[in-house]
Amino acid sequence: MKNSAQVVIIGGGISGCSIAYHLADEGVKDIVVIERHYLTSGATGRCGAGVRQQWGTKMNCMLAKKSVDFFENATEILRYDGDIEFKQEGYLIIASDAEETARFEKNVALQNSLDIPAKALDRQGALDIVSHLNPEEVHSATFCPTDGHLNPFTMTDAYYKAAKRLGVEFYTYTTVLDILTENGEVKGVVTDKGNIETANVINAAGGYSKDIGALAGIDIPIYSRNHEILVTEPVEKMQGPMVISFSKNIYCQQTPHGGFIMGRGDKNAPKGLDIGSNWGFLDAMSKTLKRLLPPLAELRVIRQWGGLYNMSPDSQPIIGGTKDLKGFYMACGFSGHGFMLAPMTGLLLAELMTGKTPTMPLEALSLERFDDAESFESEQSVV
Amino acid sequence: MNPEDVIICRCSDVTLQDLYDLFEQGYETYEELKRIARVGMGPCQANTCGKMVQWEISKAFGIPLEEVDIRNTRPLTMGVKLSSIEAQADEE
Repeated sequence: MKNSAQVVIIGGGISGCSIAYHLADEGVKDIVVIERHYLTSGATGRCGAGVRQQWGTKMNCMLAKKSVDFFENATEILRYDGDIEFKQEGYLIIASDAEETARFEKNVALQNSLDIPAKALDRQGALDIVSHLNPEEVHSATFCPTDGHLNPFTMTDAYYKAAKRLGVEFYTYTTVLDILTENGEVKGVVTDKGNIETANVINAAGGYSKDIGALAGIDIPIYSRNHEILVTEPVEKMQGPMVISFSKNIYCQQTPHGGFIMGRGDKNAPKGLDIGSNWGFLDAMSKTLKRLLPPLAELRVIRQWGGLYNMSPDSQPIIGGTKDLKGFYMACGFSGHGFMLAPMTGLLLAELMTGKTPTMPLEALSLERFDDAESFESEQSVV
Repeated sequence: MNPEDVIICRCSDVTLQDLYDLFEQGYETYEELKRIARVGMGPCQANTCGKMVQWEISKAFGIPLEEVDIRNTRPLTMGVKLSSIEAQADEE
């Protein structure tokens, strides 16, 4: 292991790998990524593999739109030899009642103003796109055809290989034990494999970001919670888009491989780092699925697992530095959506750290936005 | 026997040659191989390929078989229809 670096990135999920690539692409040398297990072992590899641009806040819409623009060209840009399985067959968001319909119509207006090609549909319009929906469960819907599916493992692998070609060093199965600071500046990182002297640390530790912040003496107002998910046996293609409902607490898509992935949250699950599997999830999911998408209930579940949402107070990410500690940067609090926003996470941090004007203003993503509890706008479109 | 003709993972159609290629690229643990090649992700949940992948890792990297980490076992133990779970689910 090297004993000094320009930048140490903590976390080998898609955020850490994207940041590593974009920093190296901006010409930064001597970058190290530290990952406690293997790449994608945290939330990235446990996520629902969806990419959507249909959000309720301007920041999330912009981050998502520009990320989709990147994904569309990622294989060429990163010169990847594998398949990132980017399938743009849309997200169909189901509204259950008039209140949700009204909120979604406002969202679509916002999305359209930011060049996101979403549209509002009535019940029949939704059924025209996914015919096996139970009409009784659908009040209305919105649809964006350029949303879709992306393989978390190979997309991260694409960033990893591109970053490695540019000289980034990856240390997997390596645990960060401490972050050294002195006079309000980052000085180094202590790991179980040795110490690295550095002036710049990036906290991209996903579910563990709060603990990494604490090592540096920075209290980040985020918490983690287990979200469970399952996959079925692969079957012939029968559903193009991701079907999602916030009020019914479900997202469900068929992967290019053929298996259906579906997940939901549990607001009563304890905050913390547990990622265990519970029978209550299968009970609740089977009931919701049978009501909303009846034919899919005839599929066999072959595996279930859990992963951590890292929640911020407004369900939007924290991307940037902090006035309290020079050289300490954060990419955390993604609230379940770090995978699909990763291209912008990497680009924005790279621009910030190399003194360039960021592609989009970062104030609304800063840690300091939470200093004034009344000043931020919360994202409602979260499962 | 030609390693291209030896099927290791029947669910995801992974051959012995595929494993050799991945070893060459630096994917050295079961969990890493699973995420790139889908070994162990199919309906059999590694009940067929698990031991074989473990053995090949052992041979390729000279690690005693008992020290090669095997996959993380996840529920369910066999495929179950969601409608069967729903029929037996607890009331709210």
